[in-house]
Amino acid sequence: MKVGIVVFPGSNCDHDAWYAINRNLHGGLHANAEFIWHDSTDLSHVDAVVLPGGFSYGDYLRCGAIARFSPVMTAVKKFAADGGLVLGVCNGFQILVEAGLLPGALLRNRDLKFVCREVTLRTETTHSPYTSKLQRGQLLHMPVAHGEGRYFADERTLDTLEAEDRVAFRYMDNPNGSIRDIAGILSRERNVMGLMPHPERACDPLMGSTEGLGIFESMLSTVAVLTAPVPALTR
Amino acid sequence: MTITPELIEQHQLTPEEYQKIVTLLGREPSYTELGIFSVMWSEHCSYKSSRIHLKKLPTRGKHVVQGPGENAGIIKLDTAGIGGGWVVAFKIESHNHPSYIEPFQGAATGVGGILRDIFTMGARPIAVMDSLRFGPPAGSPNAERNRRILTGVVSGIAHYGNCFGVPTVGGECVFEECYSANPLVNVFALGVCKENEIFYARASGIGNPVIYVGAKTGRDGIHGASMASAEFTEESKQKRPNVQVGDPFLEKLLLEACLEAMHTGAIVAIQDMGAAGLTSSSCEMGSRGGVGLDIDLDRVPQRESGMTAYEMLLSESQERMLLVAEKGREDEVFQVFRKWGLDAVTIGVVTAAEEGAGKLRVRHHGKLVAEIPNPALADEAPRYDRPHDVRPYRKAPIEPPSHFPDSEDLNADLLRLVASPDLCSKRWIWEQYDYMVRTNTIVGPGSDAAVVRVKEMNDTGISIAMSLDGNGRYCYLDPREGAKLAVAECCRNLATTGAVPVAATNNLNFGNPERPEIMAQLVEAIEGIAEACAFFEAPITGGNVSLYNETLGEGIYPTPVLGVIGLMKTAMPAPVRFRGEGASILLLGGLGRNHALRFGSSEYAKVILNQLWGLPPQLDMAYEKRVHDCVREILASGLAESAHDLSDGGLAVTLSECCTNEMGASVSLETGERVEFTLFGEAPSRILLSTSEPDRIHEIALRYDVECPRIGVTMKGRLQIGDEHVMWIDIPTTDLKQASENSLPGLLQPSLLHTHNVG
Repeated sequence: MKVGIVVFPGSNCDHDAWYAINRNLHGGLHANAEFIWHDSTDLSHVDAVVLPGGFSYGDYLRCGAIARFSPVMTAVKKFAADGGLVLGVCNGFQILVEAGLLPGALLRNRDLKFVCREVTLRTETTHSPYTSKLQRGQLLHMPVAHGEGRYFADERTLDTLEAEDRVAFRYMDNPNGSIRDIAGILSRERNVMGLMPHPERACDPLMGSTEGLGIFESMLSTVAVLTAPVPALTR
Repeated sequence: MTITPELIEQHQLTPEEYQKIVTLLGREPSYTELGIFSVMWSEHCSYKSSRIHLKKLPTRGKHVVQGPGENAGIIKLDTAGIGGGWVVAFKIESHNHPSYIEPFQGAATGVGGILRDIFTMGARPIAVMDSLRFGPPAGSPNAERNRRILTGVVSGIAHYGNCFGVPTVGGECVFEECYSANPLVNVFALGVCKENEIFYARASGIGNPVIYVGAKTGRDGIHGASMASAEFTEESKQKRPNVQVGDPFLEKLLLEACLEAMHTGAIVAIQDMGAAGLTSSSCEMGSRGGVGLDIDLDRVPQRESGMTAYEMLLSESQERMLLVAEKGREDEVFQVFRKWGLDAVTIGVVTAAEEGAGKLRVRHHGKLVAEIPNPALADEAPRYDRPHDVRPYRKAPIEPPSHFPDSEDLNADLLRLVASPDLCSKRWIWEQYDYMVRTNTIVGPGSDAAVVRVKEMNDTGISIAMSLDGNGRYCYLDPREGAKLAVAECCRNLATTGAVPVAATNNLNFGNPERPEIMAQLVEAIEGIAEACAFFEAPITGGNVSLYNETLGEGIYPTPVLGVIGLMKTAMPAPVRFRGEGASILLLGGLGRNHALRFGSSEYAKVILNQLWGLPPQLDMAYEKRVHDCVREILASGLAESAHDLSDGGLAVTLSECCTNEMGASVSLETGERVEFTLFGEAPSRILLSTSEPDRIHEIALRYDVECPRIGVTMKGRLQIGDEHVMWIDIPTTDLKQASENSLPGLLQPSLLHTHNVG
């Protein structure tokens, strides 16, 4: 699996995602991540795109509001429209929402403060490229670190998300006041996921949890299927 | 403009200092030059009161690559050739005065300043810690303002560090009335690079271009350095325009651009523009390199129109750097900064020394506005041996109160202590910091020492541990012993995670040095640090001195803050908290000697008795060191299930901190002392261990000649402490945790309590 990690000015979880994929995920044997500068417009050589956490463009105006106009985002939209996997973590989730690739908004946390702590997530669906290797109801421990992570959408959108089984993860201990405890959602075609918690920070035993690996392993197995040579119909 | 005595006084220069300027220049200075001298000779920039005493500090050691005098100290990871050439740059800095005037921006720019000190040396910052002092958040006439300052400072640190992408991995926060009008905000930062990638601030190469990079210059922060060098008065609050405004996003870009530009090989020297901005960066680079610098102010990127030379030279606008590049290779540098969307402009040139001294020459609108020999600003700054031949200032009595009543309820005392602002959980603070970004944090906030591995350094198998500590109460009672205790505590924190101390930095926060009894505090403390740092083999590689921490004539407690870094094998250290049931609890170092004279400096005396007397705890450094060596061997042998050092609050508070919601302890103590002394005395050199192999630990302790009584056993649900007859303390562990965890949120954001799921 070849993963492109987009680097915006102000991205600061880009190296962490790189390390999780290239070092922690099966020792880097089956996956290979590279950085993609924000003014690049070519994603033809990668199997999946990660929009990492951080403070793209200083979070000026609104988190993700400027990054959505970055040249690379045109390519990301096309990549997603063509069915490519796009994972947005934290600031990456905020950018996906601002870019209209996912519904809803991420508001200032309920307590009006930045919060960094380990949370417990419940896996709500295994029917996605990001959760296929997990069990429904499986609990994952990983950190959140954000000031604007409170997911919000109108009731109709929320009902649609639930009806279409597009809530990927919920908080067991909601740290930010997200509506209906939503931590991560999928696009209608299920190939785009936004997630406020940081799976890339939970991939190394020294970091206290390796339960984020399941998400990357799911992506890996999905890509393996998608890119496997098509077997001949008859022999 | 004519220079009048009033103008000289406004610039905080004495008539004698002014005469020295005239002698050095051989003429009267211009108004612009007066401003330049005023900042460069300010206490903040010149260390004029402390310099002769700072020389007493040990600065050499087998790990030290760069001692004091550069932007940060540097040590090498390993002396036996397995360190892969990696070095660690680190330093601590204060931003006390700005944080009082404008807490959010004051603290934020404090973080920004120390981060630039690290990456200007070529090292990528990988960890920050903070040491904070505020007035009490409750029970003080100033409580409301104190809470506002605390809230502002914490969000300022969080804002800058989080956005920049450096984890804030630990620190300390203490409250005393004396910090109400003079909070302390000390920030420590640490970075890493390879030894052959270090950059210095030494200009060289006649004809090389001087390049300005980063943010544009505005009128903010003019005379910030001088402000930091004066006592506070009522008018000080009007100095808000002197506080700079930080932009962590710009700093993040500046970091990436500087490191990338350094890799081109086209950069000769680099220096950040911190205190006294363009002035200090140019004259220090020139002075260190023994060359001159010609600067043309018309080329400086400006944020506002109509700025005078005086304003531009003294502006402390943030996120700016000055660098010297190799002539002919400017474009390589410009290209990098263009990629990151930053200004990079040649504003001057390196010139040859004349008559042995390089000159700082500044032109504005085609006119020469300043021409000063660099050494006059940097090296010829006044140095004072200020009178200090008196006893250090203290008002507290030596003798214990003739009678203080026996505790009526030790359970209630312990619950009050664990909920007191000094001792309670600081989660409310550190959860606002991203302490995990860069995925290096092995041990984060809320432990004895922070530990970071560095992904890039994985091959070395070495991790870096760090600890900050200072105790103003101890130092007020005895500055020398208090300072030694701070060093010992840092080293004990490191030992408790298994690390060996290798170097230290210090931030000396004191009052007005022109008062002999305050100067005596400073001298005593420096000598105490010198003695302890030499003994624990943690040489000082740099630091900061913050004087004039007085408001309306009231000084702070003398507060030296020590930051010690240590090295250890990369591994998850034993946790602070108890794990399984039925483990033996050992008190490595023993019960210690706790008696009335030494009890007046304790948290118990402060919180429960509301008094202060006597002396700080007695430190036997040789014994302390044996305890450290002993615990490192115990930890390396994998014998401890948990390890936590004793400090503020004594044994009972430490036991509480080791409890979890589920796991408590049953402890039995045999002591001839008064019960309060045993439970809450703060004798040093002690570490609490839990283990399933007490005998093997006893064997090791015996070899180091360190006491190690078995005082109890872990037990579910309750913390019980007594002797064979009486139970002194019996509290459900959930009550202890709640008291500790709910305290700060309750004080600072009471409306949130019911929504918090406190764990």
